[in-house]
Amino acid sequence: MGVAHRIARKQREISVAEFFEKNKQILGFDSLTKALVVSVKEAVDNSLDACEEAEILPDIYVEIQNISKDEYRIIVEDNGPGIIRRNIPLVFGKLLYGSRFHAIRQSRGQQGIGISAVVLYGQLTTGKPARIISKIKEEEVAYELLLTIDTKKNEPRVIKEIPKIWDREQGTRIEINIRARYVRGKQSVYEYLQQTAIVNPHAQITFVEPDGKKTIFKRATDKLPPPPREIKPHPHGIELGELLNMARNTKTYRLTSFLTTEFSRVSPKIAEEICKKAYLYGEMRPQELSIDEAKRLLEAFQKVKLMAPPTDCLSPIGDNLIKKGLKNVLGSLRPSFYAQPITRAPKVYNGNPFVVEVGLVYGGELPKDQPVKILRFANRVPLLYQQGACVTTKAISNVDWRRYGLEQRGGQGIPVGPAIILIHVASTRIPFTSEAKEAIADVPEIREEIELALKSLGRQLRLYNVKKERKSKMTEKFFLVNKLLPEIARKSAEIVEKPIPPLEPVISKIMNVVWIDEKVEKEENKIKVNVRVANFTPKHHKFVLYGDYPLGNLVDTDGIAEEDYVKWDVDIKPISYKHFYFVLEDADKYGETNYYVEDISPNIVIGAEPLPGDWNIKLSEIEEIVEEEEMDEDIEEEFEVIDDE
Amino acid sequence: MSSEESLKKLYQIAEDIYEDLVRGEIPKMKLAARNRSNIVFDSRYGVWKYGDSKITRSAKKLDGAYMLLRTLYVMEFIKEMIRDKKSSTLREMYYISEGWGLAKFHTQDESNKLAEDLEVITGYLREDFKLRPEEDGASVIGNITVEEINRKGKPMRINCRDDVGDSGYLIPYNVEKDKLKFVDVDADFVIGIETGGMFDRLVENGFDEKARAILVHIKGQPARSTRRLLKRMNEELGLPVVIFTDGDPWSFRIFASVAYGAIKTAHISEYLTTPTAEFVGITTSDILNYDLPTDKLNDRDIAALQSELKDPRFQTPFWTEEIKLMLKIKKKAEQQSLAKYGLDYVTDTYLPEKLTELGVMS
Ligand SMILES: Nc1ncnc2c1ncn2[C@@H]1O[C@H](COP(=O)(O)OP(=O)(O)OP(=O)(O)O)[C@@H](O)[C@H]1O
Ligand SMILES: [Mg+2]
Repeated sequence: MGVAHRIARKQREISVAEFFEKNKQILGFDSLTKALVVSVKEAVDNSLDACEEAEILPDIYVEIQNISKDEYRIIVEDNGPGIIRRNIPLVFGKLLYGSRFHAIRQSRGQQGIGISAVVLYGQLTTGKPARIISKIKEEEVAYELLLTIDTKKNEPRVIKEIPKIWDREQGTRIEINIRARYVRGKQSVYEYLQQTAIVNPHAQITFVEPDGKKTIFKRATDKLPPPPREIKPHPHGIELGELLNMARNTKTYRLTSFLTTEFSRVSPKIAEEICKKAYLYGEMRPQELSIDEAKRLLEAFQKVKLMAPPTDCLSPIGDNLIKKGLKNVLGSLRPSFYAQPITRAPKVYNGNPFVVEVGLVYGGELPKDQPVKILRFANRVPLLYQQGACVTTKAISNVDWRRYGLEQRGGQGIPVGPAIILIHVASTRIPFTSEAKEAIADVPEIREEIELALKSLGRQLRLYNVKKERKSKMTEKFFLVNKLLPEIARKSAEIVEKPIPPLEPVISKIMNVVWIDEKVEKEENKIKVNVRVANFTPKHHKFVLYGDYPLGNLVDTDGIAEEDYVKWDVDIKPISYKHFYFVLEDADKYGETNYYVEDISPNIVIGAEPLPGDWNIKLSEIEEIVEEEEMDEDIEEEFEVIDDE
Repeated sequence: MSSEESLKKLYQIAEDIYEDLVRGEIPKMKLAARNRSNIVFDSRYGVWKYGDSKITRSAKKLDGAYMLLRTLYVMEFIKEMIRDKKSSTLREMYYISEGWGLAKFHTQDESNKLAEDLEVITGYLREDFKLRPEEDGASVIGNITVEEINRKGKPMRINCRDDVGDSGYLIPYNVEKDKLKFVDVDADFVIGIETGGMFDRLVENGFDEKARAILVHIKGQPARSTRRLLKRMNEELGLPVVIFTDGDPWSFRIFASVAYGAIKTAHISEYLTTPTAEFVGITTSDILNYDLPTDKLNDRDIAALQSELKDPRFQTPFWTEEIKLMLKIKKKAEQQSLAKYGLDYVTDTYLPEKLTELGVMS
């Protein structure tokens, strides 16, 4: 063996352990508490990815055991497709081995380092091997492996492999001992799992803490997200190294066909154009592309007009599921307002499609004097660290929240108020600031999308506050028309000695709303909700009223029972009341039912929102009306009265 | 002005409310806005009065609806009083409203305010509605003889120097001619004094006789009757009126209400205001010139001064200078701080100096 070879070999040999030492920070193992969160996260992310790809509703079990002072065992078990026997050692015992490494699609894992890094960390800090059990549907038995990583060769070393009867049909269980510290609260495993549950409402997650405390994050929907689709890279998003790699490995023979087959949005005509602009022969073999030529090609990519990459490969969570997830996990805080989450249309940065989703929760038991809580997600993975460096934080700081009803010094920075803001960025390639995948880089296109989405949440928040105020004003008016006005009529009639006039026209002028409210009666394990509709307008109204009730079983109603809401056809004469009801069973905590109306101008309705379908149109309509109404208020004494008598 | 006529005006309000209801309109009342931005100088009388800006109190809002309902009850109450030849104090009306159900007043402030509102709407005085304030004990000492009609309806002559005790002649709530006449006077001017302590000092030092003055204890913000009396003495007896108060922003307002008109009663400024009244002190300049013991201005004082700078009544070179100076030195002083130089200083030195300057004493 020549010297050069020996040196090369040696470089490889020291590489894995050294690689890890050098990149501890980057990989997220820089503190004992963080090491625990990151380890759980890598395993759970993989489980969710695997289930999603196999179109299985994830059921994930996470347990943390305290072995000795600084040593913990993490156990993560899933009902995913399992891993074929041959691949188990590679997945867990070889760094940079992954199925997603060269795939362009939206998934949690991107690098093929995740779980083997955890195995390596455990091995380096406790000296103990990882235990893996995995079973695929097609096999009779599961395989249990004890393995370590040969840090010299970056190869798995299987210590023991035994076939095993497992009561699961399929799935994977890993047990890894690591040096770590267990905490609760901010940036903890609990927080990571809770946030994971919010953005993965289709997953059920069970968590057992070292002291035996068990938490189950129940699934809020049985609908699986569509499996992410793989797409070819877009010329605008490619880098030199990748381009050379692709050219070297392609099975095509001509540069033009390399471009049309390996890239998206490149037609033969455009391929010719690119070659021309790069001063290259379309007939040349792509494998022979020199670095210089590849650079010219990259420049030419930027000079041609290309359609944006397809965006249907992304799978956003969707507004309704975000709302469900938030309700499911945060319901105990009894927020008074869930804004309708916003899922923006997909956009593209540097040739990579991405989509932004945001949600907002307000009021209830959330603290009023603290900065708002920010929940950040990338491809459905919670980001717990590096908040300050994240594009999501920058976008929030750039929005002037004062106009929407949150406090914010100088109109920038993180606002203060009883709110939680959720931001999810999904992309085939999330531009993280580092390999630890802790913060999203400040890409202008992404920031702008987030800001736009946040502003429409802000408008909803302001509208909510305006409406709340309007409602409390209306409660006063209720008293006014029911008590004071009849008295005024009686007394004035008495003084002028004439009959009491009918009051309906005046009442409708003062109120001019359709009023909807509810009264709740509790009887044993049942809850009866009485819904009152009062038409205080001079007109006859026919409309549909929807009651979106909290979790529980609907057992009786005088309306039409749909899957998870009740519906009434309301037909109501001027200045009159209608009463409806529904009964829920097993609704342990009754939060407010959300009422929606259809086929009636939402401007005149108090106590119900327009049906979310046409939310946006009507939102602006209401805003106008609300502002108008404020204009015609009586001019009051707005100046200080100098009290000088 | 008769009670029957004022009642007719009130009845008109009830009729308007009823008509509104019959026509399906929201009942409402319009009245002059009673705030600083709606007072204008009336050169005919030389006083500040309400301008043209109106506010609407409609039954669309809770406040307005309460006001309408209460007005109806008050009207009925007044009708009964006129029929029975009775009158009541504002405080009594407040208690009587206990029996008015929803129309009940929650604070006496509400009932006082309503009485003022009715004055503004109808152009009649609350006395015409048989409503009167409580006696507030403002008093007069000096060589002036008045004739007051007592409870029995008999005239009663009183010399305010010789027929009264140390506390002086108590000013009744009604000081109109039918109740109170001036018979004789031998004095050169009238001096209104803010605090009881200073009033007593001037009495004890015999300032009324020494300076040929009529001393009026105006007791802080003077009641309507006190202001009316000052005005009558000024107009009918031709006596100059001067006002002697503490040196702080609130005292400046006392003077303004006597000389320019009070914002709350600007609808009757021409009855209550003495436009020729002069301010003796304590001025901010006095604080500096006489080197008086002071207190620091608090935040409320400063806000009050700033608001006075925007008050149309204080837009004279004298007042803007005094106010700005006080804001600058951030200090205020009491009348009684003059005692720093001895008990006689105020009557022997300060007042003679200041009054000579004003041309009231020679
Ligand atoms: N629980 C599991 N069930 C099925 N397959 C799994 C499971 N865990 C890992 N895999 C497979 O092993 C591969 C390697 O996982 P690893 O976490 O090392 O990398 P990754 O998820 O692709 O990328 P990243 O480094 O970003 O996490 C995955 O791509 C997946 O194919
Ligand atoms: Mg992974």
